[in-house]
Amino acid sequence: MLKVLKSGFYTTIQDEGRFGYRDKGVPVSGAMDITAVRNANRLLENDDNDAVLEITMTGPTLQFEEETFIVLAGAEMSATLNNTPASNYKIHKVNAGDILSYGKLLNGFRSYLAIKDGFKTTEVLGSRSQYYPITKRGSLKDNSELEYEIVSSFKPKISELKSASLLDETILEVSKGPEFELLDDAQLQNLFFKEFTVAKENNRMGYQFNEKIKGHNRSMLTSATLPGTLQLTPSGRLIVLMKDGQTTGGYPRIVQLNDKAISILAQKRSRDTVSFKLA
Amino acid sequence: MTDYPISIRPFGGHAVLVEWPNIVDEAILEDIIQFKSCLKQRFLDPREWEMVPAYNSLTLIHNKNIIEYRPIKAKLKTWYGKREVAKLANRYLWKLPVCYDLDFAIDLEEVAEKLGTSIEKIIELHCSHVYTVYGIGFLPGFMYLGGLPKALEVHRRAEPRLKVVKGAVGLAGKQTGIYPQESPGGWNIIGNCSIPIFDANRDEPCLVNVGDKIQFYSISRAEYDLYKIEGEVGIYQFDKIKLDA
Repeated sequence: MLKVLKSGFYTTIQDEGRFGYRDKGVPVSGAMDITAVRNANRLLENDDNDAVLEITMTGPTLQFEEETFIVLAGAEMSATLNNTPASNYKIHKVNAGDILSYGKLLNGFRSYLAIKDGFKTTEVLGSRSQYYPITKRGSLKDNSELEYEIVSSFKPKISELKSASLLDETILEVSKGPEFELLDDAQLQNLFFKEFTVAKENNRMGYQFNEKIKGHNRSMLTSATLPGTLQLTPSGRLIVLMKDGQTTGGYPRIVQLNDKAISILAQKRSRDTVSFKLA
Repeated sequence: MTDYPISIRPFGGHAVLVEWPNIVDEAILEDIIQFKSCLKQRFLDPREWEMVPAYNSLTLIHNKNIIEYRPIKAKLKTWYGKREVAKLANRYLWKLPVCYDLDFAIDLEEVAEKLGTSIEKIIELHCSHVYTVYGIGFLPGFMYLGGLPKALEVHRRAEPRLKVVKGAVGLAGKQTGIYPQESPGGWNIIGNCSIPIFDANRDEPCLVNVGDKIQFYSISRAEYDLYKIEGEVGIYQFDKIKLDA
């Protein structure tokens, strides 16, 4: 078991997501920065879908009750294993009783803890990703315990990844969305030549920005949306839907972020700036 | 069977959007549902592809891979031309019990006043029409229902509530619907439906599909309580009738 001594600001269990129920309105969920999670799981020679902890802004304090191997990934949060700094994208052996704790957030917004063979929490509709009320809780609470397999020996093919981080990237590559043609020259100019500042309205459902572009009065029939869909509201506000975003929407879908761009945006917090680039 | 002029467009690297003419129309929705079933049964592996129908569109999403757009577009055109005349999708009419007791129907008196009619007349009208499920989204299990009688069209509330209870039945503009979970919301609440239309603990969490039909019927407080308990322990028997039979 992994004992969650303190849960931190917002810590959840995530895998790749809950697929197959979008026609019933169930968001896919899954790790926001899937690039970081894939790198961590692949270092551990796990399945891509093995469950990890997604740690947002302020980290938890965790105690391992059995030995295993872990990889930290994503945001840099001054993690320490028994008070010794533990770096990202590197395999760490942990022993029974070891304590993993987090300090100051240095870069990025979401950090990941991957464990050999993944966390073995209960699956709901084929996924371990926490999303309330599909799962009983939307995030971990203090003193909860998470099951994992005891692994005493593991000889990894690669023990460390160099330069796996997307944390310093700010350009979000997009493709034209279904309602792209709605945009006039002025809107295109603004969208692709200005910087956008992440608003305080940012979470696993969506990211908004402080800057607006010109609005519109197109009304459209509700249609499917995806993680990474950039919607333009009538008042000119831009909303990028993220992993817990709703599966349908009625706002024009002007551009679509690619998978890497979703990972980059997932590491941004209020007041960070990004720009959009048509791929 | 009408062949509609469908448009096919890429929607990011993982999805393709197929669109029918931009109107709310029963026949278009049915064509979408039949095409979806045809794709699912004959052409696209449903373990790899998710298909989201809504109003005049069908979005096909490949969960793992980046799609090669041009080949799939050509195939979709061919498949649309070859789709079956036989109805592949089973559609149902679901009869859903609603308790219009004023304990739940917190806006019913106000709505009656706004529409210049009686509470009894609103309930009668709400229950006499058959609604079509044009989409499921916004929240898990939330149905976009079309076919509300004009006499029940009422503006959404000026101030949304921070909390609308699970099962609340609402009216807003041309729409009526049920909140499948507690949520903020601006609809006028006229009743409550206590049966588990959506339940994440079932293998099929949402029994209703896009293209199905819904009719409400009025029940007493005692029946409401009974169905609620039956729903919670998993023995509630849904009242459904197969359409196109």
